Amino acid sequence: MAVELVKGNDALLRGAVLAGCRTFYGYPITPSSEIAESAAALLPQLGGTFVQSECEVGAIQMVYGAASAGERVMTASSSPGISLKLEGVSYLVGSELPAVIIDIMRGGPGLGNIAPAQGDYFQVVKGGGHGDYRLIVLAPNSPQEMCDLAMLAFELADRYRNPVVVLSDGFTGQMMEAVEFPVPVTSIPPKDWAVRATPETSGNLINSIRLMPEDLEEHVTALFEKYASIEAAEVRYEEVQTADAELVVVGYGIVSRLLRAALARVRDQGLRVGMLRPITLWPYPSQRLAELAETASGFLVAELSTGQMVEDVRLAVNGRRPVAFHGRYGGAVPSVDELVKAIEAAYPAEGRSA
Amino acid sequence: MSTMTGGAVLQWPESLYRTFHRKPGGGQESTHYCPGCGHGVLHKLIAEAMDDLAIRERTVFISPVGCSVFGYYYFDCGNVQVAHGRAPAVATGIKRALPHSVVISYQGDGDLAAIGTSNILHAANRGEPITVFFVNNAIYGMTGGQMAPTTLDGQRTTTSPRGRDTMDTGSPLRVSELLSTLDAPVYIERVALTDAKHIMTARRAVRKALKAQVEGKGFSLVEVLSPCPINWKMDPAESKAWITDHLMPAFPLGVYKDVLAEREPQTRLAPQLALDKVAELFAAEPSVERTGEPTWDGVADRYREPQVKIAGFGGQGVLFLGSLLANVALRRNYHVTWLPAYGPESRGGTANCNVVISAEPVASPMVTEPSVLMALNAPSLERFEPTVTPGGVIVYNSTLISKTPTRQDVEVVAVPATAIADELGETRAANLVLLGAYLAHTGMFSAAEVEATMDQVLKSHGMLELNRQAVARGFAATT
Amino acid sequence: MKRTSEGEIMTVAGSAVEGPAVVIDEDLCKGCGLCIDVCPPGVLRQDSKLNHLGFHPVAYLGKWCNACGLCFFACPEPGAIVVVKPSRRHR
Repeated sequence: MAVELVKGNDALLRGAVLAGCRTFYGYPITPSSEIAESAAALLPQLGGTFVQSECEVGAIQMVYGAASAGERVMTASSSPGISLKLEGVSYLVGSELPAVIIDIMRGGPGLGNIAPAQGDYFQVVKGGGHGDYRLIVLAPNSPQEMCDLAMLAFELADRYRNPVVVLSDGFTGQMMEAVEFPVPVTSIPPKDWAVRATPETSGNLINSIRLMPEDLEEHVTALFEKYASIEAAEVRYEEVQTADAELVVVGYGIVSRLLRAALARVRDQGLRVGMLRPITLWPYPSQRLAELAETASGFLVAELSTGQMVEDVRLAVNGRRPVAFHGRYGGAVPSVDELVKAIEAAYPAEGRSA
Repeated sequence: MSTMTGGAVLQWPESLYRTFHRKPGGGQESTHYCPGCGHGVLHKLIAEAMDDLAIRERTVFISPVGCSVFGYYYFDCGNVQVAHGRAPAVATGIKRALPHSVVISYQGDGDLAAIGTSNILHAANRGEPITVFFVNNAIYGMTGGQMAPTTLDGQRTTTSPRGRDTMDTGSPLRVSELLSTLDAPVYIERVALTDAKHIMTARRAVRKALKAQVEGKGFSLVEVLSPCPINWKMDPAESKAWITDHLMPAFPLGVYKDVLAEREPQTRLAPQLALDKVAELFAAEPSVERTGEPTWDGVADRYREPQVKIAGFGGQGVLFLGSLLANVALRRNYHVTWLPAYGPESRGGTANCNVVISAEPVASPMVTEPSVLMALNAPSLERFEPTVTPGGVIVYNSTLISKTPTRQDVEVVAVPATAIADELGETRAANLVLLGAYLAHTGMFSAAEVEATMDQVLKSHGMLELNRQAVARGFAATT
Repeated sequence: MKRTSEGEIMTVAGSAVEGPAVVIDEDLCKGCGLCIDVCPPGVLRQDSKLNHLGFHPVAYLGKWCNACGLCFFACPEPGAIVVVKPSRRHR
């Protein structure tokens, strides 16, 4: 059958198209610009909307407008741009608007550089904007998943009326792999809450103001009840050879690819090492990690940061097992050799003797 | 207008809610505005125009941050409340999603002329077919009387307690004048809510601006000099006089732009799924037909599962060479990854990419220790020669690289790729010559397979014959 | 002054108002006086009493309104002023 070699960023935009997204607002920034370029090429041909906004802040607010009107809408940026968008993200959450936001992470802080990094975990997964809220965060590790998770992102955003972030990195965005595109979404469930400029919807209000403290508390409580249902239903992860693992390595996105290569090497050496790859960074596979803490003797987390997701692993493991960390940052990426050494160093002594 | 016994009336516009059910406390009939505030007047003028244009049900009113933050208490239509200054950006999103809608961006001077300056400027410049009502009262009302970008020279506010010093804080920003320099807007007028004559002029302007949108003409804005008696610390009568005596000289009234008569209505359609078109566009993307099994049959062990680094300078087709190699392998059902160096590296005149080909799913797309190096120029060879694994292969462009590789533990294939390409009349085909040489040396894929792949993935077939020849010459160059 | 929930029919003290006239809902008036300033025949004045909002509402003298409507447009409150135009038989 026919198969395409596709860049991650292109696969992502085409996944969005298959999900029924016809509206893109964004501002160019390396290494996410291909997404905007693909949107500019594709969407107008489909009768859709592409606007290169005046700024990142403008882009996320255009998203707010399109989402208010019930459109499946997206924006894409990279780390510094995401920082700028976070105010708007908080408003999207407050107004319970579905939207898909793509973050192709690069090195920071500040202007940093444009090399791949995972330093946005805190700002995307833990908050970054003001107020109590959660974002559903999906972490693809291949062009195929860039497509598939983009499609899923739109579905989850609509289902829960909450923004969803696809958190990726320069490598996953830039690399090409074979992608098989799923069939397109053929209809999008109506959104009776949206402001559609129709008689039926003219009484609708999109609003994040709850002036009275008791009203806002009630609203936030309702949001967190919704989040509890998301945590119950939407945790996604991939497990590799964890059944007999003495050491479980944890990494997401491009790091999981490197860990996978390292895993093959250390298994050849006879080390019983497995991997848990979170696909949803929120909701986080905490429960599965807690279960693995029963059977494994230790954990190793690898990230392209000084250690952000590792905090969630430590919370899940809750002190029962040692959690080692190996981080590269500033745009540096560990070699497979380096990860093999980190795994060897973290491998539990009792596991070695067993 | 509804009628009642006795005759026609001017009364509560239908486009305003009859009771303000969204206002805390519920069921109230008075606004949250201070006595003598211009917002209420403008609300009535807008609502009355909505009634008369019969657009209430398709109007989307955007409430900003400022005193009119609660516009949604009042307007009986679709309502969207937004972040400070961002109403024109939100309006852009709404209007493009709902071209049939009438979108009103209602903003104060802090909102529009300070924090949201870029958004209004660019919405106007794009000619978003929306209507903006800009309430200029030269002060921040909601937050309690701070300086606005439109505050007058010498005007005391809580953040200009000694009077605004324009040498320090800039001059009052004249938004109507500024925006009227742009090409796209169709109608911009500044009016004032003072005496009966000026209020009736404002009424006409409000109607005209909304009608412009109803007719699809483009971006319109009405700037309204509006009283804020409380923060000005004046009574309503004094406020009117202050507008006349002080605001109007700084912000002259009048029509700043009116090209309504000469602009054609814009037609924009709401986004559609257009699934037929989706199928067509996806089908047009280059793909390969998978054929055969990824067995490495006939390929020497040392050439199997290659980790390839391809490097050269920008314009040598390094990335294309990599993607073609990846596609050739993909066609034969191998697993492949292609990863370019991007960013400063790619902009500094050099380019390189990594290609991994395997019978198994590829874990890491990064090639830090290549088993194959294809070097198209000297700096690339210098840089990557040390990284090649022992027993690996270096294929290099000997036309441009005079200094031969020094490694003794690798196979070295010298190909005068640029010279051969020049013979074919196309210097840029050197990359394909090098590819041919590599494939011939290792026996990985045949020239026919490369040709079949190019046939499937190249959008333009104009160069196909030249490309075929370049690959063939590369194959021949090593035998 | 009372309105029905739809607000379509208005009665004052149980009877229809005949124009030209201005009807002021003193409970909704904030006493800013903008209507007084714009009224050409000068038939509006500030009342000495206080309404429930704590303002001196504006009151109509009861005659000589010409239903020009300027007070309606000058008034910031949606419901404080209703102007009743003359019915045909008055024209």
